[in-house]
Amino acid sequence: MGRIILPGRFIIYGLAHATALVSREPLSFWGGYDWQTGEIIDRRHTLSGQVASGKILALPFTRGSSTTTAVLLEAIRNDTAPAAILTTATDFFFALASVVADELYATTLPLIALSEADFGLLRSGDDVEITPQGEVVVQRP
Amino acid sequence: MTLTLTEKDRSMLKGDFGPAARMALSIVVRMAGVVGADALLDITAAHIDSTVYIGAAGLEFAERLARLGAKVCVPTTLNVSGLDEFHWQEWAVPAEWARQAHRQMLAYQGMGTTPTWTCAPYQLELRPAFGQQIAWGESNAIAFANSVLGARTERYPDLFDICCAISGRAPATGLHLAENRGGQLLFRLSADVSEKLQYSDDFYTVLGNLVGKQTLDKIPVIDGLTGRPDEDQLKAFCAAAASSGGVALFHMVGITPEAPSLEHAFQGTPPVQAIEIGMQALRLSRQQLTHGLDDQLDLVVLGCPHFSLAEFKRLAPLLEGRHTHPGVKFLVTSSRFMTGLARQTGLLQALEAFGGQLTVDTCTLASPMLPAEIKCLMTNSAKFAYYAPGMLEKNITFGSLQDCVDSACAGRVIRDGSLWDE
Repeated sequence: MGRIILPGRFIIYGLAHATALVSREPLSFWGGYDWQTGEIIDRRHTLSGQVASGKILALPFTRGSSTTTAVLLEAIRNDTAPAAILTTATDFFFALASVVADELYATTLPLIALSEADFGLLRSGDDVEITPQGEVVVQRP
Repeated sequence: MTLTLTEKDRSMLKGDFGPAARMALSIVVRMAGVVGADALLDITAAHIDSTVYIGAAGLEFAERLARLGAKVCVPTTLNVSGLDEFHWQEWAVPAEWARQAHRQMLAYQGMGTTPTWTCAPYQLELRPAFGQQIAWGESNAIAFANSVLGARTERYPDLFDICCAISGRAPATGLHLAENRGGQLLFRLSADVSEKLQYSDDFYTVLGNLVGKQTLDKIPVIDGLTGRPDEDQLKAFCAAAASSGGVALFHMVGITPEAPSLEHAFQGTPPVQAIEIGMQALRLSRQQLTHGLDDQLDLVVLGCPHFSLAEFKRLAPLLEGRHTHPGVKFLVTSSRFMTGLARQTGLLQALEAFGGQLTVDTCTLASPMLPAEIKCLMTNSAKFAYYAPGMLEKNITFGSLQDCVDSACAGRVIRDGSLWDE
């Protein structure tokens, strides 16, 4: 595949460049993300056992618990959050964690929405870079 | 889309209502921008899920608001906290963790809220009315408020619920607006699902797990149900569908208030997709709720979401003349309010005589209360079954209320699958 550029839409502005961790399945961070280690701990999820800390995490949207935001906020404070999160639509839970992190710690977690078709092109292990224009530059080694 | 603010909003953002209201409304306004709302609306009640203690960041947020003098401006109930305030020492909760969780309880309690400490606030007298605009956190409660009560809330996360309660405002978007509350997916029950099964206490739990998994973030409509589920069956459905999926609103034709007919449920537009639910899919859903097959048993957990008075009433005769096996703990989690009523009506004595235990204010998912030697759990809750393997690293078996009691007495898992043709 080489290198492709996908048009993204910033939900929360921010730059990132990291390896992608991708699932088509939504995730609840409460009961699904260990904020102390960054591991995905939902034992029924396709990413169970993977560590998302420092990666660009691609999930279509959140499911389940209202506490997803609080868990992500802990991860941001603890430096165990993903470098950025890619979704298929505006996810309120992720966006709020980023907004509150800005309020409390003057730091944000970049959030970018892709079309479902473009989201479908992503694979775990891709090298992904978010540009200031919100483009998602994907390189597959 | 640009956001139109009222004069009062602008005044609050300037700090005229104090620094806490300014912080709360500025977060509401930023999130209104994120979701593209063009206005805010007044909410008249709130339920705060932010009380669940996770770590330092959540506590810092709560104490920042408290220090700024935060007060809620609408009647506000509190969700479970991180510990049973007066009984946590009976369990394995680390003292330092308890201290932090208690600080978070005090911060939210000091904001003029009602310290209900329950994930089932719809069991309280003060519950929202049809059409009422509210800001509720807690996934199962959101689904119940929207679907069963017909109140209107978005699927709100922790930290946002309290901002709405302090400012009295929420983005005028999503499920707050009537036009966004129509069904999107149709689930039709097949003729092979017996009436008898539909009246069993675990049917709606299994159905909710299945519907949530297939619906994800859409609004499902369920048609073809016989009989009328009670509020505990609906609670079980809500908790299940909001765990396996992100369901914040569903309609059951002829049962829930916005669905007197299929046409009403879909607001006159035909469903995009119709899915038939038969016994095979239901059996699979029931199987998926058990994780790590094992007939060993250390603990039975009931009351996820919190046990209601009606459930205490249903449980009591099942326990009569029996005692839990010496190797099995039997735990019910509930609210102070419901356990108070259960005590007054003599229903707690049955649980005590059985050798059962009670925890209020919290649950085994929100509080690190279980000792390490407890490894094999059983529950009648899909929500608990969904989260326990990842959060507690325990094996979990799903069964009916009767299965749970029978297993506790036998000291090993016993399940009656006859209604499920198994």
